Amino acid sequence: MKSSLFKQGVAAIVGIAFALGAVTVSVAAPKKGGILNFVVGSKIPSYDGHIESTFGMIHPIRPFYSLLFRVNPDNPADPTDFQCDVCEGNIPSGAKGGTEYTFKIRKGLQFHDGTPLNAHDVKATFDKIVFPPKGVASNRKAMFKMVKSIEVPDDHTIVFTLKFPSGAFIPSAGMPFNFIYSKKDLDAHGYEWHKKNVNGSGAFIFVEHVAGSHVAGKRNPNYHHAGKPYLDGFRAISAPKMSVRLQAIRGDRAAIEFRGFPPKARDDLVKALGDKITVQESDWNCALMFTVNVNHKPFDDKRVRHALTLAVDRYEASKYLANIAIVKTVGGIVFPSHPLAATAAELEGSLGFSRDIKASRAKARALLKEAGAEGIEFDFNNRGVDQPYKVVGTWLVDQWRQVGLKPIQRVQPSPQFYATLRKKKDFDVTVDFNCQSVVNPIADVSKFLCSAGNHYSGCENAKLDVIYDRLLKAETPAQQRSIMREFETEVFDTAGTALTLWWYKINPHRSYVKGWKIAPSHYLNQSLDQIWLDK
Amino acid sequence: MHKYIAKRLLLILPTLLGAAVLVFFLLRAIPGDVCEVRLAGSGLYVDEAEIELCREKLGLAKPLIVQFWDFITGYVVWDLGDSMWTGKPVTEEIGLRFKLSLQVALMATLVAVVIAIPLGAISAIKQDTWIDYVVRSFSIAGIAMPSFWLGILIILGLLIGTQHFLGTPWMPPIEYVSPFKDLASNMAQLIWPAVATGYRYSAVATRMTRSALLEVLREDYIRTARAKGMTEKIIINRHALKNAMLPVFTIIGIEFAFLMGGLVVTEQVFNLNGIGKLFVESVQAQDFAMTQQLVMLVVLIAVVTNFVVDLVYAWLDPRIRYA
Repeated sequence: MKSSLFKQGVAAIVGIAFALGAVTVSVAAPKKGGILNFVVGSKIPSYDGHIESTFGMIHPIRPFYSLLFRVNPDNPADPTDFQCDVCEGNIPSGAKGGTEYTFKIRKGLQFHDGTPLNAHDVKATFDKIVFPPKGVASNRKAMFKMVKSIEVPDDHTIVFTLKFPSGAFIPSAGMPFNFIYSKKDLDAHGYEWHKKNVNGSGAFIFVEHVAGSHVAGKRNPNYHHAGKPYLDGFRAISAPKMSVRLQAIRGDRAAIEFRGFPPKARDDLVKALGDKITVQESDWNCALMFTVNVNHKPFDDKRVRHALTLAVDRYEASKYLANIAIVKTVGGIVFPSHPLAATAAELEGSLGFSRDIKASRAKARALLKEAGAEGIEFDFNNRGVDQPYKVVGTWLVDQWRQVGLKPIQRVQPSPQFYATLRKKKDFDVTVDFNCQSVVNPIADVSKFLCSAGNHYSGCENAKLDVIYDRLLKAETPAQQRSIMREFETEVFDTAGTALTLWWYKINPHRSYVKGWKIAPSHYLNQSLDQIWLDK
Repeated sequence: MHKYIAKRLLLILPTLLGAAVLVFFLLRAIPGDVCEVRLAGSGLYVDEAEIELCREKLGLAKPLIVQFWDFITGYVVWDLGDSMWTGKPVTEEIGLRFKLSLQVALMATLVAVVIAIPLGAISAIKQDTWIDYVVRSFSIAGIAMPSFWLGILIILGLLIGTQHFLGTPWMPPIEYVSPFKDLASNMAQLIWPAVATGYRYSAVATRMTRSALLEVLREDYIRTARAKGMTEKIIINRHALKNAMLPVFTIIGIEFAFLMGGLVVTEQVFNLNGIGKLFVESVQAQDFAMTQQLVMLVVLIAVVTNFVVDLVYAWLDPRIRYA
């Protein structure tokens, strides 16, 4: 017995030793040094994160700035995991019934020009974002409607007081666009200065920007996350054409592209380079939808709108479109892996999400007949961008033909597409999309409100506003979830906008790029401080 | 000659004015604007008031006639405005790209001239021999093959070839380096687009050289020269080729003007930060300020090139300057 116990003990020790050894081997220590070259497919309008909304600005400029807190770079796939950046400790859960959030700011922080960073800078930043003076642009101030005041009781404490408790506050405050600016810069140079100048406190210091060519940054030796960044610098190379970005990785002119490639590009790279390429994939916080113009007959009839969504076989599309386009997951109005998202069972019971497509299409035909809209021809507006718009648009045309409808696809370049959507409104049905950065379901689903500025169906449904108002103020996750289902059901029934599939992000990159983890948005996890090169 | 030059110069002004009117109003007839593309284009939430504010700041909310007046008077005070996308002066943005486009255009012209004139001349002299057929096939292939497609083939060929033979795929650099800073890197990037565009360019010029030379070689004065016992070399070099060059210079001029801003797809394929790429980007972004100045630049280059070609004509053919 003793001998047996002894053997088991030795075996356990040896096992643990092997396990530890394995861990030591598999998790190699980050190496310092090197320049990360990456390609960016969009261009920089200005450097001001509080105004711009393109990844063409985020990818090259975000590494120069810090945020109050950020999506956890080691666990970016979790849409609810945030980590302090210039704040310290844990992300606060709201005090006083969820209406007060107090953040402690780290001591000893400084901007790249040597100016100390404290709570006054954070306040000046959020004042610019949340309460901009008249005439000063702040593209996302509407996401902070719940904020009543921002106070600084001492140099290292900032307090956000909300008008009402809201589950949307933390994700909004953690958006990657909320660059912390120096109060000194804002006071001395005004609110336009950051459009053309960079002075942040991020992992890298701005070196140069050659318009249309590249942005270069060098390591910030005073960065506040100990031991980081690992890189000596980075170079964000502008390459608008996808084939160039792909070839750049193949020819090692760049190591990574952070937005994402279509499946075919991934396969080509893997085929050409084998284990020199690592592929990371994730659901993407972008929903591809179609919006129906309720002011055009016969789409003012809800039965016709229901028929359009019933005709679409999302589950089959998920299997096959995923091989050729950057879409994959079937989901409702909330990002699929978020706790507020509908479960598979809940979804299957929703309008347009039944797995019995034959029954759905039979119902669609019946509804069209009832509404006197059998075999109608209609205009279908689409965006002249291959991925995923044209691919999914062509698939949608086929889906509607299955119930006897005759859509005529009109593909337009982006500016004209937006003009049709937002001003001319001369479409019957249009491709539409909802792409956000931080997964913030309560804010993200506002797109489905008929009254929202970015909702284009022209529908009217006051009930949605009432439900949304309750959702915005719901205190507990359980309440939020329950109200979200109610909201989702009403959205599906209104059928002004219907989901197709959620986007799917594919990032093939050179295998020597380590430490970067894919996030559910191409706007997230771009501080680059955790990346190192295993060369 | 002075009268001739003055007349040609005076024709430039109405041409530029006509182009300015056309480009300004046609651009604004296209639906959409830069603010929508910039703020709403990514699909993120956007506040309508922010889009309006953007329009006001960029002057898009002003009456059209006021915008046109600002555009035209900008030339008088040499203020071409700021890019509506980047907010930087248009002159700065164009200046940054101009040197690259100029270098590619010059290199492509050099490639074209070096190939076209000897090949065209040989083809004409050896008319209806196998040499002529080879040269004609070569030039027809050049005309048939778009330069951007040849560019794609070159890049793929380099990637696949180097991986096969050297074990590591290699592609030309995707960032511009000035030749004065690093000539090797500069050439490694620009030689390929110069060859891709120069080949097509040379194909046009080869065919023009051949047909022009064939025509000249049938002239009476060539027969007279031969009757006088001149060597074929002197006849070709001194008498035939010089006169055959008139239409060839026209083609070279037109093609050169096209290369300065017309390489929209080739610049994208090789990721060249030139005028063509800027053109595409500004049109996509509905950056009116940048697009209209780029169109004006291309018009100016075309007009100036035509003017220079006219002068060369007059120099080569005295009948023109005395007409």
